[in-house]
Amino acid sequence: MNPPSEPIRLLAFLIGLIIFAALNAAYLVWLERKVAGHVQRRIGPKEVGPFGLLQPLVDGIKLMTKQILVPDHIDPILFRIAPPLLLIPAVMSFVTIPFSETLVARDINLGLLMIFAFASINVLGILLGGWGSNNKYAVIAAARGVSQNVAYEIPMLITVITMVMITHTLNLNEIVRQQAGGIFNWYIFRWSANPLMLVSFLIFFTCSMAETNRAPFDLGEAESELVAGYHTEYSGMGFGLFFMGEYANIVIGCSLATLLFLGGWQCPFGLWPGVHWFLIKLYLLIFTVILIRWTFPRTTIYGLLNLSWKILIPFALFNLILTGAMLKIWPLIFP
Amino acid sequence: MTSLFSPEGLIGLLFLVLLGITACGALIAVTAGRLIRSVAGLLLCLIGVAGLYYFLNSPFVALMQLLIYVGAVGVVIAFAVMLAEPNPEKQPSRGRNPLTGALGFLTSGVAFTGLAVLGLTTTWRRHVGPPPDGGMAAIGQSLLTTYSMVFELISIVLLVAIIGSLVLARAGREKP
Repeated sequence: MNPPSEPIRLLAFLIGLIIFAALNAAYLVWLERKVAGHVQRRIGPKEVGPFGLLQPLVDGIKLMTKQILVPDHIDPILFRIAPPLLLIPAVMSFVTIPFSETLVARDINLGLLMIFAFASINVLGILLGGWGSNNKYAVIAAARGVSQNVAYEIPMLITVITMVMITHTLNLNEIVRQQAGGIFNWYIFRWSANPLMLVSFLIFFTCSMAETNRAPFDLGEAESELVAGYHTEYSGMGFGLFFMGEYANIVIGCSLATLLFLGGWQCPFGLWPGVHWFLIKLYLLIFTVILIRWTFPRTTIYGLLNLSWKILIPFALFNLILTGAMLKIWPLIFP
Repeated sequence: MTSLFSPEGLIGLLFLVLLGITACGALIAVTAGRLIRSVAGLLLCLIGVAGLYYFLNSPFVALMQLLIYVGAVGVVIAFAVMLAEPNPEKQPSRGRNPLTGALGFLTSGVAFTGLAVLGLTTTWRRHVGPPPDGGMAAIGQSLLTTYSMVFELISIVLLVAIIGSLVLARAGREKP
């Protein structure tokens, strides 16, 4: 069979990725509610379908048939532009994520940079949505969301620069290929590159959780103080798009952690690498993220910003210097 | 006249679309009544410029434009606007001084004529062969060899800016 031509392949990938993002949003909500239920000694959704598995479908239909209420004093353009602005960059970032060695929509040389470039746009969705709603709570939530995003983007990018210094490439598939051959070749256990690799991973993981406004860092949507956060005024699918964007961002954050540190589609014991390993690692990380949300209380905004500026950034900078030194010193000791 | 569906035609169309995005963004930024919409227009303009970089075969610069200008600088500007203008109903009154408009037109006219004259009198050389490498490695190498002086000077400027902003931020605070 001939391989399909490039435009057709790309189209198929794009449709597949959009379906992947949508299914993830739907079923991560289900997983979230199940985990929340069991953490709080309840059962969670159980009425619709076996184990409540059809619940996301019903929820989706409900969201789509809802009347979309548009408040009077909003900014009509910014209000409507914000939800897609949050979702589109997130879906576009999927294009360069390698699910397996061959299962990647576009194997771009600057893949890692592209994901961060698009990720920096979706802050604007939060900002414009909150501001366009002309609602005090939404504006406060947007301001919090943005200060949080700015604060956590710095240690995250510094950690990524450390990784790029070690891997010498921005191509995600190439980064995964370098981690072939067992669990000790994964970058999280590469002590020779940098003895503090585990710390890098923790910094990256914390930052990606904070970037997606997840609890314990969900100050932007603290229900007890801010009604619902920056999407207070959105109803129906407007809110649904915000939600999908958030879950797509979680998936991207966890995929990046998987690709950079946990060997992507490589197998822990060097057999049968492939898309299944990527998905197993990805969903284990996502499960961790969800579990953290339901077991830790929310921090305060000062605690959150102090954590970034006073702990994570100094550590990330120290890590950067250490990695630079190791890269030069290690070959001298063991030529 | 090339056909629209030939490669040259599509390239030209793409260029015009990117140019249109940039120009529209710039126009919105200048003419919008609300400050936050001006910021949105500016961001649209910057996205258009990023597209133009990509069009000119430097994807690295295009992505950096997105990351730094649209992501970081745009967000900081929007944040400053949010802090400065808590009430969107209060519009700054426009054209208070009649001289403002005249001076603005004069300045932009001088800048426009200068650039136009420069563009028209320069003899443009057509680049033959494949376009130069716009990849990360090539840019990094030229930054650290040919343009190392500029690179160092920029870092000094940034250092001065950081220290200056720290001084400004500290000035209003009393010692505990």
